Amino acid sequence: MATLIFAEHQDGALDPATARVVAGAKALGEPIDVVLMGHQIDGAARQAAEIDGVSRVLVADNEAYQHVLAENVSKVLVELSGEYTHLLASASTTGKNVLPRVAALKDVSPLTDVIAIESSDTFRRPIYAGSAIATVKSLDALKIVSLRATAFEPAGQQSAASIEPVTVVEVSTTSRFVSEARPEGERPELTSAGVVVSGGRGMGNGENFKLLEAVADKLGAAIGASRAAVDAGYVPNDMQVGQTGKIVAPELYIAVGISGSIQHLAGMKDSRVIVAINNDDEAPIFKVADYGLVGDLFEVLPELAQKL
Amino acid sequence: MKVLVAVKRVIDYNVKVRVKPDNSDVDLTNVKMAMNPFCEIAVEEAVQLKERGIASEVVAVTVGPKAAQEQLRTALALGADRAIHLETDEVVESLGVAKLLKKVVEDEQPNLVLMGKQSIDTDNNQTGQMLSALMGWAQATFASKVAIEGDTATVEREIDGGLQTLSLNLPAVITTDLRLNEPRYAKLPDIMKAKKKPVDTRAVADLGVDIAPRVELVRVELPTERQEGVRVGSVDELVDKLKNEAKVI
Repeated sequence: MATLIFAEHQDGALDPATARVVAGAKALGEPIDVVLMGHQIDGAARQAAEIDGVSRVLVADNEAYQHVLAENVSKVLVELSGEYTHLLASASTTGKNVLPRVAALKDVSPLTDVIAIESSDTFRRPIYAGSAIATVKSLDALKIVSLRATAFEPAGQQSAASIEPVTVVEVSTTSRFVSEARPEGERPELTSAGVVVSGGRGMGNGENFKLLEAVADKLGAAIGASRAAVDAGYVPNDMQVGQTGKIVAPELYIAVGISGSIQHLAGMKDSRVIVAINNDDEAPIFKVADYGLVGDLFEVLPELAQKL
Repeated sequence: MKVLVAVKRVIDYNVKVRVKPDNSDVDLTNVKMAMNPFCEIAVEEAVQLKERGIASEVVAVTVGPKAAQEQLRTALALGADRAIHLETDEVVESLGVAKLLKKVVEDEQPNLVLMGKQSIDTDNNQTGQMLSALMGWAQATFASKVAIEGDTATVEREIDGGLQTLSLNLPAVITTDLRLNEPRYAKLPDIMKAKKKPVDTRAVADLGVDIAPRVELVRVELPTERQEGVRVGSVDELVDKLKNEAKVI
């Protein structure tokens, strides 16, 4: 009876979400092992060993795992999972890429984006982009679960647990890594930004999004848009925040010229602080806003950019 | 080459979700339904592959109740050549859908399966990965760019904080993200034409696939509602509140 956490790493450092997943796993009350797969990841392994609650860190160090291709690492996890009752990971793009693959090979129905662990087989997760919360009970002997890391406070530190190598080597030739680009110095990515400034149809055209950029520059914010603004052709689809776009939950979300359709609210209502700027006093966005400012965005935005 | 594109009937993205009074599930009675938006992107990509002369045939497939035929008709109106409807009134989990799709893949032998990265109802983001695993194929999830050359697909995918490019041997499963394309709207003549395109309906019960649920839905509830905050009278007041009250800037 133990839990295995599939942890990620980047540039030799452990993914900070790992400490949050470990904290979540503690609710299961079983020994917790962490497995890392990659190449030359000793530093990340040491960091994992020092997370409070971790019994053992398993390290599969092989060139084949360098880019954590789902086809390779899922097979290792299948090999390892026999000893465990729970396999957890962060509900990151990597976690979501890998866990379902393991689940299919183990004939398990996996659970995605869990925000609370009620018991060893019962979990809570958002559905309909967070418009409802489902409590679900897994009937499988092995539970395969990705956790929304931000829903858990990170675990503390301990003196290092043991680190053991995993010798399983699985090399799939069906897919190959080509390249990776992580833009630096530019605007933060929408789903991980601490502050998001979004524009809606009220912006009038794509050119006017420059007004948002001035505000975003001051706040180090990402820029989003409502589906209405995307449908109107102001900005590209990948800036869309909402049920059909990105789901964001930053510390601060500033909605400008966005009326607040159901589908937009589904994508941002878990933000910690919401500011709405709109000239329509009746706009539904004000119902979810902590701070509402009724006014002409073309006057408000330049003033805001100046005063921040 | 042949492209199989899987689509799902879900609640329309613009409908407010209601929960049944007994908290047993969401209430979909008399709710407007539509094709899952990420599936629309998958259909668009498949149709574009055909328009570029890369795909020779686009086959749409769905697992769902009788009414899900509407979404297959939508796929046909958007440019799919024919459709397969695996009909069931049961709720089928991702694992069951993956197993059913595996059956179709074995029959149809497509070179590529395109699917949405997730459906906007259960938000699982699983089925594509699971189908790929069951087939022993390569996968590329969160695709934002797909280039096919011979037996290889080069796929740019959206990962946390950046983009990753993979090269996959075909056949493979690719799941779509938002940036991949902008789905077209079906034109009226195409909607009329779609009514004449073939839809092959098969009862899921006859396929001998284990779709027994592995996850029990215990309870569904609305999240805690946000309380409406305060109105501020000026930009100065807003900046002051953000700095000194909310302490977020």
